[in-house]
Amino acid sequence: MKRSLNILSGLTLAAATSATAAFAVESSDPIKLTLHDWSGQLINTKIMGSILEEAGYTVEYVQADYIAQFAGLKTGDLHLAMEIWETTGREALDEATETGKVVNVGETGLMAIEEWWYPSYMKDRCPGLPNWEALKDCAEEFATAETDPMGRYVGGPVTWGGFDDERVEALELDFEVVHAGTDAALFAELESAYQREDPIILWVYVPHWAPAKYDGEFVEFPAYTPECYSDPSVGVNPNMAYDCGKPRGPIWKAAWAGLQDKWPGAYDIIEAYSLSNDEMSAMVGKADLDGVEIDTVVSDWMSANKDRWSGWIGQ
Amino acid sequence: MKTMPRTGMLIAIGLILATILLGYFGRDLSKALDARWLVKFPSAWVIPFKTHISAAMSWLVEEAAIGPLAFTDITRAIAWLIEQPYQLVLSLLATGFITGQGPEAQVVLPAISWIVVTTAVVALGQYCRDWALAALVGGCFLYLAIFGQWDSAMVTLASVLIAVPIGAGGGLLVGIWAYRHPLGEKILSPILDLMQTIPIFAYLVPILFMFGFGPISALVATIIYATPPMIRITTMALKAVDPEILDFGRMAGTTDRQLMWRVLVPSASHSLMVGVNQVIMLTLNMVIIASMIGAGGLGFDVLAALRRLDIGAGFEAGIAIVVLAIAVDRLSQAFAERMGQVHHVNPGSWITRHKRSAMVLVLLVLTWVLGQFSPLLLAYPESQTITTGAFWDNAVKYLNVNYFDTFEAIKVFFLHWFLLPIKKTLLGIPWPWAIAMLTLLGWRAGGWRLALMCGVMSGLIVVTGLWSKAMVTVYLCGASVILATIIGVPLGVLAALNRRAGVAINLFIDTLQTLPSFVYLIPVVMLFRVGDFTAMIAIVLYALAPAVRYAAHGVRSVSHELIEAGQVSGCTRWQLLRHVRLPMALPEILLGINQTIMLALSMLVITALVGTRDLGQEVYIALTKADTGRGLVAGLAIAFIAIIADRLVNAGAKGARIRFGLES
Repeated sequence: MKRSLNILSGLTLAAATSATAAFAVESSDPIKLTLHDWSGQLINTKIMGSILEEAGYTVEYVQADYIAQFAGLKTGDLHLAMEIWETTGREALDEATETGKVVNVGETGLMAIEEWWYPSYMKDRCPGLPNWEALKDCAEEFATAETDPMGRYVGGPVTWGGFDDERVEALELDFEVVHAGTDAALFAELESAYQREDPIILWVYVPHWAPAKYDGEFVEFPAYTPECYSDPSVGVNPNMAYDCGKPRGPIWKAAWAGLQDKWPGAYDIIEAYSLSNDEMSAMVGKADLDGVEIDTVVSDWMSANKDRWSGWIGQ
Repeated sequence: MKTMPRTGMLIAIGLILATILLGYFGRDLSKALDARWLVKFPSAWVIPFKTHISAAMSWLVEEAAIGPLAFTDITRAIAWLIEQPYQLVLSLLATGFITGQGPEAQVVLPAISWIVVTTAVVALGQYCRDWALAALVGGCFLYLAIFGQWDSAMVTLASVLIAVPIGAGGGLLVGIWAYRHPLGEKILSPILDLMQTIPIFAYLVPILFMFGFGPISALVATIIYATPPMIRITTMALKAVDPEILDFGRMAGTTDRQLMWRVLVPSASHSLMVGVNQVIMLTLNMVIIASMIGAGGLGFDVLAALRRLDIGAGFEAGIAIVVLAIAVDRLSQAFAERMGQVHHVNPGSWITRHKRSAMVLVLLVLTWVLGQFSPLLLAYPESQTITTGAFWDNAVKYLNVNYFDTFEAIKVFFLHWFLLPIKKTLLGIPWPWAIAMLTLLGWRAGGWRLALMCGVMSGLIVVTGLWSKAMVTVYLCGASVILATIIGVPLGVLAALNRRAGVAINLFIDTLQTLPSFVYLIPVVMLFRVGDFTAMIAIVLYALAPAVRYAAHGVRSVSHELIEAGQVSGCTRWQLLRHVRLPMALPEILLGINQTIMLALSMLVITALVGTRDLGQEVYIALTKADTGRGLVAGLAIAFIAIIADRLVNAGAKGARIRFGLES
């Protein structure tokens, strides 16, 4: 038995070392990457992890809550978080970097878009879309028994912020903002309405599988500027702020401040790492809609993009 | 009704009416009097408890130290202690033993094969009771393999195998300590109340700070949540041991230690097992929340499946949790029963005495050796798994497309005639009046101590500035409890009177209690949209169980003489139920409602996930913002509501028992 085990381990060892030239790493302690509960983040993190492993580092994945993970990043229990969204996590990220215990390692190349979104069949009932001004005339098309005659807009969980209540008021839209408690509840509403082709307008964000599964568009609000949020006089409504769309922004990588000292090589790789929205959307679609295992999606990407990630390691 | 004279009755009715009227017109009244502070507590008067708590917590985590040892060093050491056995069990069941790290990792020994684990539980089932139990638990584990849930189920099982012994053992020791020291019991009681009623989300953040990230924090949170019933039941069970047994033990000249472990604990073992069962159930209840902070396993599968709206996959993982719960629960009960019996030791060598263990060990070695050549022996082949996922997706879709209008009509009816009036009334009651009424109620039900407690606790909720959120909480839970009682008590009575219905109802209730609520929450959102009605359905489904169980128990335990007396005096079945069974079962039914209230409050944090605006949401927001103080304050407010309700209902139940001569 021992012999067969040795053969087996020999094989795995050979497989592991043949992939890359032996690369002296600074420390063989595991670099701990955080996993959350949405596929895009899992793919993103596992690709990063695979690249680090190819470079000879040891990687460990830890399940952690999106915001609560900062506590772990500060103490060094966790080392790397691959998806901090400008739109939902910026506040927590800034708060963490201010302590000096967490560093922002830069953009992942992914751009977060968050906005009001509707399925295409609503265009027949409200022809002026995607222009936001159409919503003024056909709010009633989006009404339900509870909100009638106001339209019903399903916003994200209150924790996401987003200023939708203020936006509705500033743009004088006859909509009632209903907050879904979680991401899952939000998209359950969409799935339900879509099955019945019933009216719905809700907060959708990309990269996400929803725009791949459902046919629809984002509403085009006046473009976001920082002044629009801070200065009432700017924008369509001269008396109120928030009279524009939601900000868009990068998705950041955040790391424990000690990472650079302990694994300088790994830090450089993490810094170089970058993906595009299209790539990510395609992968998320494969995982969530076609039911492909996340690990398969990741290894497919790894074999298709060998040149790219070898370049990041070589830097 | 002798204890309450006629005028007292009239005053009570008058006060209730006044409260309702005041509530219904409270908003207009406060506007007319220009005294909005009556319904809305001014923010300037709020005492900022949350900032103080946050500051205290960061001091504890960052600076507190005993000599050279920082507080976090101690908690981290505890985490390390728990981690060792956990890693061992996890390696055995799920990951296998690995040396080296990263690319150099080598599998020294793979995890125990599914064949061996299944055989082992079958053997254990047969050893503990009979082949029927063996078939049941074997079937449960086969289900996990066939439905492709094996790997996740083993991760979950590993955490259960660690959390349950710590929870049950620790609970037993603390319970014994409380039994020996009456003062200890007095100190412990409020702490246990808080442990059971503060939502886990409220103390998740400090736990992460203290115990680090990953499965250990999840285990600690699980243990905190699951241990209190064990402590309570231990103290109660030890007190209930027949004094004659105690005297007999003393006469036999036992030491204190012997008396405890050889006499008291064995005689109380039956009740103690109820505690262990509770620990197991609560541990499995925590699986989803634990997976949010790194426990992995089945809970994570449920969460991840529902995030991609894969209802079928979520449902299957949820059922796997139920199946695992059933297997672990039945096995542990049978095991305890077996331990309580006297055994004859068969003569012969070790192998002839331990046929089953020997067989399992041989099988283990065989699968490890042969597994090198045939992976089938180590892991259940993926191609042979089956799934019913599509069926569940289609079922929900069918209901949604064809019956949505009906659902909508039901919902609108309930909102207009039931939920919204309650909400308006409760939110309109001026807070000084509400505190006064609660205090009065406390005084009537349980004397000045209870009155003081009700007054102080509701006052504290007011000064934290959470009054209106607390009222939304009371409204949501209150409406759900009313509905759960209306549905649950008749079901319980039916279960008690009709054997066949009883079996079916019991199975239904067991499933509802162990199936993670998240599994049905998302389909309910699809059919009823987000909002209070959806939250109410989720709460009712979860909190139904005790209403049914206690009602059934109460009706069953009405004494036969009373029923015979009723029959002799010519009661019809209906009269018998109305005039004999139900009144006699009332104290039990009240206790059931009490438990229903507790469960309803513990669901609050889950309902925050479908967008309610109550204290649960406050706790949830605090969690996502990692705001320790805010979470704990809201958590404490929930605990206060729970404790007030618990004390009042208990006092009421006691009053009812005294009235019916069941207790003096």
